[in-house]
Amino acid sequence: MSTIPTRTPRRTPSRTPTRRLEPGRVGDPATRHDGVPKVTGEFAYSSDLHAAGMLWGKTVRSPHAHARVVEIDTSEARRLPGVHAVLTHEDVPGQKNYGLEFADQPVLASDRVRYFGEAVALVAAEEPEQARRAAAAVRVVYEPLEPVTEMERALEQEPLHPDRPTMSHGYRDDPRPNVVRTMVIRHGDPEAEGEVSVAGVYEIGIQDQAFLGPESGLAVPDGEGGVDVYVATQWLHVDRDQVAPCLGLPPEMVRIHLSGVGGAFGGREDLSMQIHGALLALRTGRPVKIVYNRQESFVGHIHRHPARIWCEHRATRAGKLVNVRIRILLDGGAYASSSTAVTSNAASFALGPYAVENALIESTCVYTNNPPCGAMRGFGAVQTCFAGEAQLDKLATKLGIDPVELRLLNALAPGDRLPTGQQIEGSLPVAEVIRCAAALPLPQAESLPREAIRLPGGAGNTTRGEGVQRGIGFAVGFKNICYSEGFDDSTAARVILRADGSAEINCAAAEVGQGVSDVILQVARTELGTDDVVLAPPETASVASAGSASASRMTWMAAGAVQLACRAALEERKRAGGDEVDVERIYRHARTTPLDPETGQITGDRAHVAFAVAAMRVVVEVDVELGLTRVVWIGTAQDVGKAVNPLAVAGQIEGGTAQGLGLALMEEIQTRDGLITNASFTDYLIPTTLDMPPVESVLVEDPEPGAPYGAKGVGEPPTVVSTAAIVSALRDATGRELARVPVRPDDIVGL
Amino acid sequence: MEVLTPRSLDEALSVKAERPDARPIAGGTDLLVELNFDRARPETLLNLNEVPELRGWSRENGTLRLGSGLTYAEAMRAPLAELVPALAEASRTVGSPQIRTRGTLGGNLGTASPAGDALPPLLVEGAQVELGSLRGVRSLPLSEFLVGPKRNALEPDELVLAVRLLPSAQPQTFMKVGPRNAMVIAVCSLALVADRERGELRAAYGSSGPVVGLVTAPLEERDHFADTVAAAASPIDDVRGTAIYRRHALRVLAERAMERCLA
Ligand SMILES: Cc1cc2nc3c(=O)[nH]c(=O)nc-3n(C[C@H](O)[C@H](O)[C@H](O)COP(=O)(O)OP(=O)(O)OC[C@H]3O[C@@H](n4cnc5c(N)ncnc54)[C@H](O)[C@@H]3O)c2cc1C
Repeated sequence: MSTIPTRTPRRTPSRTPTRRLEPGRVGDPATRHDGVPKVTGEFAYSSDLHAAGMLWGKTVRSPHAHARVVEIDTSEARRLPGVHAVLTHEDVPGQKNYGLEFADQPVLASDRVRYFGEAVALVAAEEPEQARRAAAAVRVVYEPLEPVTEMERALEQEPLHPDRPTMSHGYRDDPRPNVVRTMVIRHGDPEAEGEVSVAGVYEIGIQDQAFLGPESGLAVPDGEGGVDVYVATQWLHVDRDQVAPCLGLPPEMVRIHLSGVGGAFGGREDLSMQIHGALLALRTGRPVKIVYNRQESFVGHIHRHPARIWCEHRATRAGKLVNVRIRILLDGGAYASSSTAVTSNAASFALGPYAVENALIESTCVYTNNPPCGAMRGFGAVQTCFAGEAQLDKLATKLGIDPVELRLLNALAPGDRLPTGQQIEGSLPVAEVIRCAAALPLPQAESLPREAIRLPGGAGNTTRGEGVQRGIGFAVGFKNICYSEGFDDSTAARVILRADGSAEINCAAAEVGQGVSDVILQVARTELGTDDVVLAPPETASVASAGSASASRMTWMAAGAVQLACRAALEERKRAGGDEVDVERIYRHARTTPLDPETGQITGDRAHVAFAVAAMRVVVEVDVELGLTRVVWIGTAQDVGKAVNPLAVAGQIEGGTAQGLGLALMEEIQTRDGLITNASFTDYLIPTTLDMPPVESVLVEDPEPGAPYGAKGVGEPPTVVSTAAIVSALRDATGRELARVPVRPDDIVGL
Repeated sequence: MEVLTPRSLDEALSVKAERPDARPIAGGTDLLVELNFDRARPETLLNLNEVPELRGWSRENGTLRLGSGLTYAEAMRAPLAELVPALAEASRTVGSPQIRTRGTLGGNLGTASPAGDALPPLLVEGAQVELGSLRGVRSLPLSEFLVGPKRNALEPDELVLAVRLLPSAQPQTFMKVGPRNAMVIAVCSLALVADRERGELRAAYGSSGPVVGLVTAPLEERDHFADTVAAAASPIDDVRGTAIYRRHALRVLAERAMERCLA
């Protein structure tokens, strides 16, 4: 096992000119090939696309969270200048519903809308302004219905989806109305008593991915009945497989091309403008561009599930966990998206990376008329980590044991079993990661008084030291890597190896800012032994599916596929006597099987492929009178298997930490009766540089046996752990329970 | 949309007289948001950026004249920052460096939001707003200029020319509360002057009522002043914060401001 310390360069002015871009092999701190263009503004995002003769599309959306659609009158909109098409559900030629896992969401609403901002009609016009005016002129008569907005009440109210689209998919049968999925894990003796116990109820608000690049894309008809869609997405092939049936086309007539992605974080797993743009393009025979504005973006994608979590941790007086009982309630909003998988993930990682002999975990996700929720970085593990780690802090206090010691005492290790019965086969250096993070020296307390900008409240000039308390927190996060529970995906890579030794790689892995395109190039250079490698633009037509840029899986899977294809290409070329070869290979990870619907136990060797852990130590300063916070410093250790690109890993750790910081302190979509009330970056706040502390990270390298080069994914663990770690520090500073995130100033002050 | 760019104040006022619907645009940091969100579609924009009379600041017989085109970045710079220190502090809390470079006092007055950060420091310094039209120039106390949330006393043919005030040269400060450490609209804010010369405390709160409000009391009432400020405010619950928190925070800010200014 080795560790690589990396230190964030503090914003020190650099005098050196632009660094030369080093090509980089596996393990090198390679500079991103898209870094300079992105920073200098030359990078083309999907919202920058343009085509000759292009029209602008606009979506008509529901102002109600729940209503019957009585009538849609498009006649006035059609008469407006510049308008080429106005479409409703009647114009959807194929399947009327779509969905990532369950087709429960209408392409365009027909008789009922179930969430604020649901798409009802489409317009294409010459100019964006004309499209906007025409969209406003589409007259929709609604009959408002009572919105279902409370998770607990939803389990008794009229079902929003009477046909129960997610039932009978091998999930536990839960007859209550509005259940998307219920999952129960029974492990050991769920009634086992401990000598001590701590209990708590925790709440998590709705977090948004808040990517800076709004949903956008360009659909171009090919003149032969097919369509090319250029879009910022996370999974090209699954987009195609959802778009084509709705258009009534075979998959090969729909080609999805990846265009510049301005952030994703799970929010681009579901479709946004893909079907809509394609419908308009095919109807008008013209390229159609759709770009959501910021407000629309907040209703244009799914969010992180808000949750309420009840926990009881039972332990011996010595601090050994005996039994953990957890009930999780998740609000899935109006449509299923990936809620069923999030429900299961929340349950599967609810115990954290701790060995516990007995547990009872129940996880339920419900349909409501709140904003739809689905995939977001951390995928269910963020919510349960926040609750579970708060519980461990509570237990440590009750027992008078050091919180780090308590965690070490219970740390999971290879060979141990998870509550699902799965044995940890690969790498999982929990204790090592905890020790590394705990060993990071804390920064010295800064003296007071000091400039307000370096205090809680920052630029607001609210304190020069009055009311300020320092706090130190610690937490450990735990999550799976790769898809799971029998949802075994694969990644294809195609290598064209030329006689002159140069190579072109095709892989549909979505570069969403995480740096996978550099990973692909590093792997290809390493395997082929040359720097003369280019990566072709990802598209569905040139290579088979890469699976999703999700679940911290893309580095592992793309590296596996590219390695496989490169090795095959070298062999082939030898056989071909040195001539050009074109080889495609599909990489798969170890097979997983579903969990038993009644007991939550594994039905084969494993439900999950691999695991990663991160530990984080945080120093905060809190103005306890005003309830304002400054996160001073973050030190973290993360189990990465092998850092394919240590520089990129440090970047993922910083970014992921910032996203968790946002959830801890400020990020929340607010709703009233299901309507979003803060759909702007004025009122949905994300951290600024003044909110983000320096992050010191240690990469713990304990190679994962089944993974290419031993590399695990790294994108999610920092987000899983940082919310919990920051709130742990806030509790230390304030002495308050702080059982809800984001923590509001009111909560700190105690109003 | 037509954009008219007058090169002098006379020209600007003539345009405004002829086309009272023309929307003035200075830094555009409020107006462009309105346009982007499709909340306004004026037929004509009156670009004030090339009108020299509206720019910068000057001092005559002790009275400061801050042009409506004065930017936050300019207000933060010495020597002006030393003459109106609370305004300089308030300017530092506004948006980001880009916004402070573009955003102007005139725009803050034009928008007349209860969250406008330039307003409390101007109010505690007894600022007068100078309004001009072809009909002439008139002057209004800032408290009369601000008539409601996002409403001011401008007549359709008028422009804000400047803000005038006689700097008190007394200890003063500005503080703004927001749940993020920069780039945040005030959940509540407070400017305070401890005026020993007049034996008076003057505080103005932002984001805690329909308009920015002024509260004054004799210096001797210092012990109750924080409560007086909190009681004078009429905050509401909204997406940015709760009424109860705002009142609480105003009390804390007032105490701290008095400590700073009376130390
Ligand atoms: C990202 C961001 C952050 C912000 N942060 C803050 C903040 O922290 N605090 C804060 O107070 N504000 C903030 N604002 C709002 C804005 O920057 C300020 O209100 C600024 O003072 C507006 O000035 P401007 O010159 O840009 O106004 P403009 O947008 O040009 O104009 C604003 C309004 O005033 C009118 N107007 C402008 N000049 C005149 C004139 N001479 N006579 C008559 N009417 C006139 C315009 O017609 C318009 O109605 C922020 C805005 C943005 C976009």
